[in-house]
Amino acid sequence: MTAAALAFWVLAVLAVAGAIGVVTMRQPVHSALCLLASFMAVAGLFVWGRAEFLAAVQILVYAGGVMVLFLFTIMLVNVRRQAREAALNRLTGSAVLVGVLLFALVGGLLVAEARRMGGPEGAPAASAARLSTTVVEAAGKAPVEVKGNSQAVAWSLYRDYLLPFEIASVFLLVAMIGAVVLGKRTMEKFD
Amino acid sequence: MVQYLALAFVAAFTAALVLAVLGIFAFLRPKRPNPTKLSPYECGVAAVTDAHDHRFSVRYYLLAVLFVVFDVETVFLFPWAVMYHHLALFGLIEMVIFLVILLVGYVYVWKRGALSWA
Amino acid sequence: MSPAVFDAVAMGVKIAVVWGAVLALGVPVLTWAERRVAGLIQDRPGPNRVGPMGFFQPLADAVKFFMKEDVVPQYADKVLHFAAPLIVFIPALSTFSVLPFGRSIPVTVGGTTREVPLVIADVNVGALVLFALTSLGVYGIVLAGWSSNSKYSLLGGLRSSAQIISYELAMGFAAVGVFLSAGSLRLQTIVEAQHAGIWNVVPQFVGCVIFVVAAFAETNRLPFDLAEADSELVGGFHTEYSSFRFGMFFMAEYANMVAASALIVTLYLGGWSLPGLALTGLVGGLLSVAIFAAKTAFLLFVFLWVRWTLPRFRYDQLMALGWKVFVPLSLLHLFYVAALVAVRAKA
Repeated sequence: MTAAALAFWVLAVLAVAGAIGVVTMRQPVHSALCLLASFMAVAGLFVWGRAEFLAAVQILVYAGGVMVLFLFTIMLVNVRRQAREAALNRLTGSAVLVGVLLFALVGGLLVAEARRMGGPEGAPAASAARLSTTVVEAAGKAPVEVKGNSQAVAWSLYRDYLLPFEIASVFLLVAMIGAVVLGKRTMEKFD
Repeated sequence: MVQYLALAFVAAFTAALVLAVLGIFAFLRPKRPNPTKLSPYECGVAAVTDAHDHRFSVRYYLLAVLFVVFDVETVFLFPWAVMYHHLALFGLIEMVIFLVILLVGYVYVWKRGALSWA
Repeated sequence: MSPAVFDAVAMGVKIAVVWGAVLALGVPVLTWAERRVAGLIQDRPGPNRVGPMGFFQPLADAVKFFMKEDVVPQYADKVLHFAAPLIVFIPALSTFSVLPFGRSIPVTVGGTTREVPLVIADVNVGALVLFALTSLGVYGIVLAGWSSNSKYSLLGGLRSSAQIISYELAMGFAAVGVFLSAGSLRLQTIVEAQHAGIWNVVPQFVGCVIFVVAAFAETNRLPFDLAEADSELVGGFHTEYSSFRFGMFFMAEYANMVAASALIVTLYLGGWSLPGLALTGLVGGLLSVAIFAAKTAFLLFVFLWVRWTLPRFRYDQLMALGWKVFVPLSLLHLFYVAALVAVRAKA
């Protein structure tokens, strides 16, 4: 096994172990700590796959933002360690179904994309190249090659995926308004 | 990738050193616990309630949600900034649209008093 | 010597130098300077017993951190109480590995000369990695407050994390201006752009001010030290910490101050460069390190100066400043920078 493959397996096992910890821990704050470990391992995997921008964002947004939100929420609703619910409940069936479907969907897309890029021989190099260099073509100018992962992300996001990007802002708007509506109602009830 | 290995190495080295100090000096420092010493600090009075029994303002939750939203917004700004030279006017316009949509939310949040802590 | 061995040795030396400079020099001297400057400003001696002018006071402090009893409250969550200081300390020291502390120095081994870049991890998204590492600190603070199972810790941790995340936004928005003008997230490129042109503080003065103020809030320094407002919350999130575990929070706080100063220098004050100096060769390389250190030291002095001059903010004022002034102001500033860059590109 090469060093790169070893690194992949270490990170992958850490990520999955963290995720298992999240669902098996009794104390919600311990689950949150496991989730952090899982996020860090996934960030490591992104670096491994040469998506360094994504790795940094993964930590910045998920570990630094979403996790704090989770912790605040856990504290807010005051989940006690006495709450001993069964680990499996009636949602298990549908959860497994959703999990399998999601796995098939993501796995299928990955396999299709890898095949398109030239299979096991060509895909790693092609993907690394696509993640690190961008060819910028402007009207009336010679194409320029720009290095860097964040540059590649930007070029693809702001040229090819313009509409999803603008829709993302609508999602964020909905999240903002939703939080205020829910939060204010609680605030008015208790203040 | 070597660069990230260096970063990981620094983090691992720091962790190892700190854990070593904690471990080694655990044998040297005194350990004389007593119930009063181990009780949570409460200005000298015995604690009546568990600290986790206290619930706090929903504002903190609201703040965390708003933070995540704006944090995602900054994340969109970072790649945009580095390619601004190449995206030119087109890039500026799409970012203005993005920010204006969010500005609506910001104004709403402000008007509903979610940013006031008084 | 093969290139791989050379790189490994160079990396080892750089890590040793930076680590030593921060933990064995920067942090102890800063804790000493903090008390001496306080003495100076308040017209009293400050520490003056251990060594000349109390210079060895940090050593005495270190001995206490190592040797005092490590009290863990009975009802604390032991695992998280143990993990919290580590989660604060490790990222705080890791941030230094992405900061460029000089230009580069030529090293000749066995007849071949190679340029050694003066940064441990020269990553392409350096600024983002730095922000990511800083954002991890919040997590440790919340955990410390919660796991202690003490009311003061809980309230302190909560307040502190709310404050830090609020100002992280303003900090990010302000920094986008710098990335915009440099066209990169790589810190060395940002410094080189300022070296070739003009320090960012001149065209982006407002952004710089926002960033500096946010950095004060991020590091929990006066006038924003509400997390451990001693008169209200005893010690804030670390009320229930003692011995070396408290020491970790303490050292992390000062390490974060050094990192914040170094980052401000890198983003706005030209990093290791000085206008009119080419800084090439061995002498130039070493000089660039000295310039970087001097600028950082000056900013650290500003940190101390402000602490002993300004009174503390009220919590609602703090939140209002962050959300109602800095967020809109930094966004406006961003469009000003975008216009500036566009005009410069046309010219």
